[in-house]
Amino acid sequence: MLPKPLYLAAGESALVVEFGATIDPNIHDCVLALDAAVQRANIDGVTETVPTYRSLMIHFEPRRVSAETLIAALASLDATAKPERTRVHRWHIPACYDPPHDEDITEVAAFLNMPRAKIIDLHQGARYRVYMYGFAPGFIFLGGLPPELTIPRRAVPRAPAPPGSLLIAAGQALIASCAMPTGWYAIGRTPVKVFDPKRTQIFLAGIGDEICFERIDGDTFDALSLAAEAGEFCVRRENIDER
Amino acid sequence: MGGHLGVLRAGPGVTIQDGGRHGYLRYGVTPAGPMDWTAYRTANFALGNDDRAAAIEVSAGGLEVHCENAPLWVAFAGGAFVWRRSGVVLPRAARIRLEPSEILTARAGEFGAFAYLAAEGGFDTPPVMGSRATHMRSGIGGIEGRMLRAGDVLPAAVPAAGQRGENFEAIIDAPWLDRDSGPFRVVLGPQDDCFSPETLGDFFAYAFTLTPIADRMAYRLTGPDIAHARGYDIVSDGIALGAIQIPGDRQPLILMADRQPTGGYPKLGHVARADIGRLAQLRPGESCRFRAVSAAEARTALLALEDEIAKTHQRLRPLRRALTSERLFESNLIGGVVDPLDSEETGGEF
Repeated sequence: MLPKPLYLAAGESALVVEFGATIDPNIHDCVLALDAAVQRANIDGVTETVPTYRSLMIHFEPRRVSAETLIAALASLDATAKPERTRVHRWHIPACYDPPHDEDITEVAAFLNMPRAKIIDLHQGARYRVYMYGFAPGFIFLGGLPPELTIPRRAVPRAPAPPGSLLIAAGQALIASCAMPTGWYAIGRTPVKVFDPKRTQIFLAGIGDEICFERIDGDTFDALSLAAEAGEFCVRRENIDER
Repeated sequence: MGGHLGVLRAGPGVTIQDGGRHGYLRYGVTPAGPMDWTAYRTANFALGNDDRAAAIEVSAGGLEVHCENAPLWVAFAGGAFVWRRSGVVLPRAARIRLEPSEILTARAGEFGAFAYLAAEGGFDTPPVMGSRATHMRSGIGGIEGRMLRAGDVLPAAVPAAGQRGENFEAIIDAPWLDRDSGPFRVVLGPQDDCFSPETLGDFFAYAFTLTPIADRMAYRLTGPDIAHARGYDIVSDGIALGAIQIPGDRQPLILMADRQPTGGYPKLGHVARADIGRLAQLRPGESCRFRAVSAAEARTALLALEDEIAKTHQRLRPLRRALTSERLFESNLIGGVVDPLDSEETGGEF
């Protein structure tokens, strides 16, 4: 049974179901469980759901359902649904930390007073959870960054980091899908296209999936980039049913 | 057979928009869609299109188009844009049959920031992820994910048989698109508890002014200080249309059609969808006020407005090509040539 959430209005056409205010895998599990239950229940008028770190945003069509009816329907779901263990994938994503793909690593090393190799080992050795997407199509927000790599956001955003950049800031990690100015630090890059509208599978990882990075050298990066450009995924996917 | 519209000139920010890109919010995909859904629907409904048909969103930069090969039924609405057919001023909301030799132009008028030009059947540009809506920041939708420019050719889809109904050019009587400086209704939450009751009182008591930092993504307003009771760096959650974010500078940032689906600033409330169109029509330098309503009130207002707009088709009055003093004035003002056919009535089968 899910803990009792807060139901908060986001206008007349969306509802926030909030399980907490922090980044916490247990809170996120509740969000994902409710998301799965809502999708299964097929509630009339619900148009789209957006899982985030701490809440589920439910967009609905006010003509077909009122907030009160929706909340009543959700409350009955909560009473019956166990936290759902949906099928989770683990994605092995190639990552290159060699120049020129390690643009900001020197800055990070100076700030953290940590050797470059240690930063790479820590980032590459961790297991991450996909908490949500945001910022731009396909930008993956990850939890699970080793706390030693906690660095505040830049006061002034840097020039756009290239697509596939592996970014860190504020104790979180991120895979960028397109070039955007950012307040984060780019310490590596993947040749994988995490967002490609021309592919049948436009996005890779689902929310709640696991991600780990596998180190590659510059030549492999170039070869995989060409393959990714041609529409190949260039990732390895494992099924992990239970978490 | 569907016709084609050729773009002769398009100001900055003129894009193709439809009902929006839905189903991918969870992957960070911006929904896009029209800034003023009320004007967008009005233009589409006047042609018998549905509420998702792709139309041209005209910015204050204006537009000049012509019809290629075959005549095309089009309709336009939104703000007080000045529309001209081969130099002759038309009503601000109308449905017309554009002939191959004619040029249709739109220019920003006394108020309003966006107008819509719809074609019977809808424009048939390639859909991306189920939508034709342009999102320029991610480069998807419309034509190559960009704003329109001279030389673009927009095919119109073949309309359903008889979808337009009567065969007359018409003025669209759409009072819901009139200028209305009444306060924008706001539903509080989800983070109204980040602000003291005094601060919330100020938000509803004082006027705000739209700054020049206003685009399809967000409108930045300036007004009294909206201080956070505690910090402003919350853990990201979802963002809905009309969210009033209060970032570190303590001034409202209202998220519009091109909003990101998630974000990390406290949201004081949401502008009611019934008022989003009016808000979209504000121009930098214009001011506005807010009024608190319950979600139930906002819902009732939305349904009532939708019902009214759904009857657009019953509010068409035959467009008589007579010279009104206003049109004479406009024509003289621009020194344009008045079409001799202008005094002739077009066939109205009311």
